[in-house]
Amino acid sequence: MVEEISFALSEEQQMMQDTVRQLVQANVIDAIHQWDENRLLDKQAVQKFWELGIIQSMIPEEYGGYGMGSSPVLHTLVLEELAYGDMAFAVYAMLPALFVLPVVNLGSEEQKGKYLPEFCNESFIPATLALNELSVGFDVWNCETKAEKKANSYVINGKKCFVPLADEARYMIVVANYEGNPHLFIVDKDEKGLSVGEREKNCGWWALPTFEVTLENCTIPESNKLGDETAFNWLIQRTRTAMAAIGTGISRASYEYSKKYAKERQQFGEPIASRQSIAFMIAEMAYEVDAMRLLTWKAASAIELGMDANRESFLAKIYAGEMTMKITDYGVQILGGHGYIRDHPVERYYRNGRSIAISEAMAII
Amino acid sequence: MIQLVTPDYIKTLQDNMHKLAEGVLRPISRKYDEAEHEYPKELDMFRGIKVMARPKKKKEGESSVSNEEKKPKRGANLGMVVTIEEMCWGDAALLLSFPNAGLGNAAILAVANDEQLERFGNKWAAMAITEPGAGSDSGAITTTATRDGDYWILNGEKIFVTCADRSEVVVVWATVDKKAGKSGIKSFVVEKGTPGFTLEHLEHKLGIRASDTGTFVLSDCRIPYSNILGDPEVKMSTEGFKGVMKTFDNTRPLVASMATGIARAAVEFTREQYEKKGYTFDYKKNLSNVSAVEREWYLMDANVEAMRLLTWRAAWMADNNQFNNLEASMAKAKAGRYATLITQRCSELLGPVGYSTQFLAEKWMRDSKIMDIFEGTGQIQHLIIARNVLEMSSKELK
Repeated sequence: MVEEISFALSEEQQMMQDTVRQLVQANVIDAIHQWDENRLLDKQAVQKFWELGIIQSMIPEEYGGYGMGSSPVLHTLVLEELAYGDMAFAVYAMLPALFVLPVVNLGSEEQKGKYLPEFCNESFIPATLALNELSVGFDVWNCETKAEKKANSYVINGKKCFVPLADEARYMIVVANYEGNPHLFIVDKDEKGLSVGEREKNCGWWALPTFEVTLENCTIPESNKLGDETAFNWLIQRTRTAMAAIGTGISRASYEYSKKYAKERQQFGEPIASRQSIAFMIAEMAYEVDAMRLLTWKAASAIELGMDANRESFLAKIYAGEMTMKITDYGVQILGGHGYIRDHPVERYYRNGRSIAISEAMAII
Repeated sequence: MIQLVTPDYIKTLQDNMHKLAEGVLRPISRKYDEAEHEYPKELDMFRGIKVMARPKKKKEGESSVSNEEKKPKRGANLGMVVTIEEMCWGDAALLLSFPNAGLGNAAILAVANDEQLERFGNKWAAMAITEPGAGSDSGAITTTATRDGDYWILNGEKIFVTCADRSEVVVVWATVDKKAGKSGIKSFVVEKGTPGFTLEHLEHKLGIRASDTGTFVLSDCRIPYSNILGDPEVKMSTEGFKGVMKTFDNTRPLVASMATGIARAAVEFTREQYEKKGYTFDYKKNLSNVSAVEREWYLMDANVEAMRLLTWRAAWMADNNQFNNLEASMAKAKAGRYATLITQRCSELLGPVGYSTQFLAEKWMRDSKIMDIFEGTGQIQHLIIARNVLEMSSKELK
């Protein structure tokens, strides 16, 4: 029974949005350019986000968490704000959730008891997800990475890419094809047969260390399989919606920056914003950012109500993938030559924005 | 709290309206496209139904902000856009032909006094704003209304009037004082049959052909003084004109929902046709692993959803007493443009089926084009949005 529709934030949602926005303003906005150039962000900022307790809140009290449950809608608000600062920062800061949320929701009692208490710590604990593979037209529903059952264990073989913080992560969820369907497996970092490669160099996400991970006859106990054959479907709806939320954040950043620039930049004796060719691009950016956000909120609302959100999350994701490219492209274009120079952030939004349509899972709600 | 899943009461409304659109409008859609201006007599069944109602006036002393204010309200605007989307999934031109549901009716309901409501409330009312020299610039109209004792004398020409033939009265915009600019513009109810009021001709159009769009000539047309809507006094401010323009904040989401309905019809039909060819559409897939046709279809489906959500937001804000000038224009800008693009692409993807008049896809492509034009062109919407978000005046951003 769904009674009402509402486009307004509740007080709690407003408060969370404000809190994360302020955190990003104070810790990310001025520093991000240097982080991006140095290929390394300041872990202090991640720690400050950790201290908000968003991830600890997802964990039930019996395992040491705050037991607040998790709200997909609230998480989209958080992700948009983080990604407004920088996508690499957003992925980094929310990364433990990619491990914690699936364990909380799909894990056995044994798995919950084994893994969750560690994440109720006072300091940031890295854990990650290995999904992507470096192949043309990679299809998440048909991974090259395969799992086989042998006696009381699973043997995993394959190669993953874009695995954030794989070098530090204590645990990772590996997506592998088992009996023709993608399944989730928990792999300890020190597991034999798992090796983390060199840090990757990507088009964007410069402040986020990502790695190739190779699994060679990596043998894990039977009890490390997470959930059943429906687990991946559970996961992908939440990660697709999260990607859409990140796309919204990046796009909003590009929109706001180029809007401000267009009012300040003088050519022919007047601000370039007073020309329709520029102003109409800005108008389009304004409503496409809103449209993206509304699609994201709709998918998150459906997930929050416990409904199957395949359609909603898919539409939110593909819309954000498409529109983030368009909007961040406009951002660079409005700044012209200056937009192409790395002193302005619009080129970073453009590089990072490209990944929304490419990766299916860099975060979760 | 944000909650965008379609509520059950809206679903029920959608289902009911959909049945009506499917059962009554779709079967006669082609017939009246071809018959052009002929009145669709099948729509007589709606004659008794009150399509529009006068907004409830607040009682004196009733505060507009109550404790309940924060709770989302179920309002007429959202119900209206939901209804219109379904009806236009059926046929947009027929929706425009619904008896007693003209734009003029909306204006009369909004501003008429009790005596005027008594006289005109039950009549089909068209709205005449546009002139040969005044399109988007409605402040530039030249039709005049001159007072002569107990009468007004109207002179001028009005074009693009929807329901020109079928309406019983027409709400005509005219200036009572050209020097006063926008402040001098007032609206007047002119009854059909008044001497000097002639329906000059009906237009032949690209689409929405069932809708009878026409041109009126007013030549020393004499109407009672009491036929003026609103305050007759010319105030030297543009507040009055702005008030009139504000009614567009409520009508733009309606046009956006019309656009959404047509686009959805095209997208659904395209899917059905491709499914017959053996394609399957599955929202679990991933865009880099589908054919170009499927990819395009998914993106069109996502765009229809975007059009709808922007429209619903604008309507929901109106229902919750929030100023929605920006959001109304956003919905109209997006939906008007994308309905045009989507129906074009569907026609192309369908090939001969999208061009033959044996099917409706070519008609939807023609019908949808008006959605990016009337109630303010897409360009005007972009101007409104840009001025708003850039905080620039109409002088700073022309």
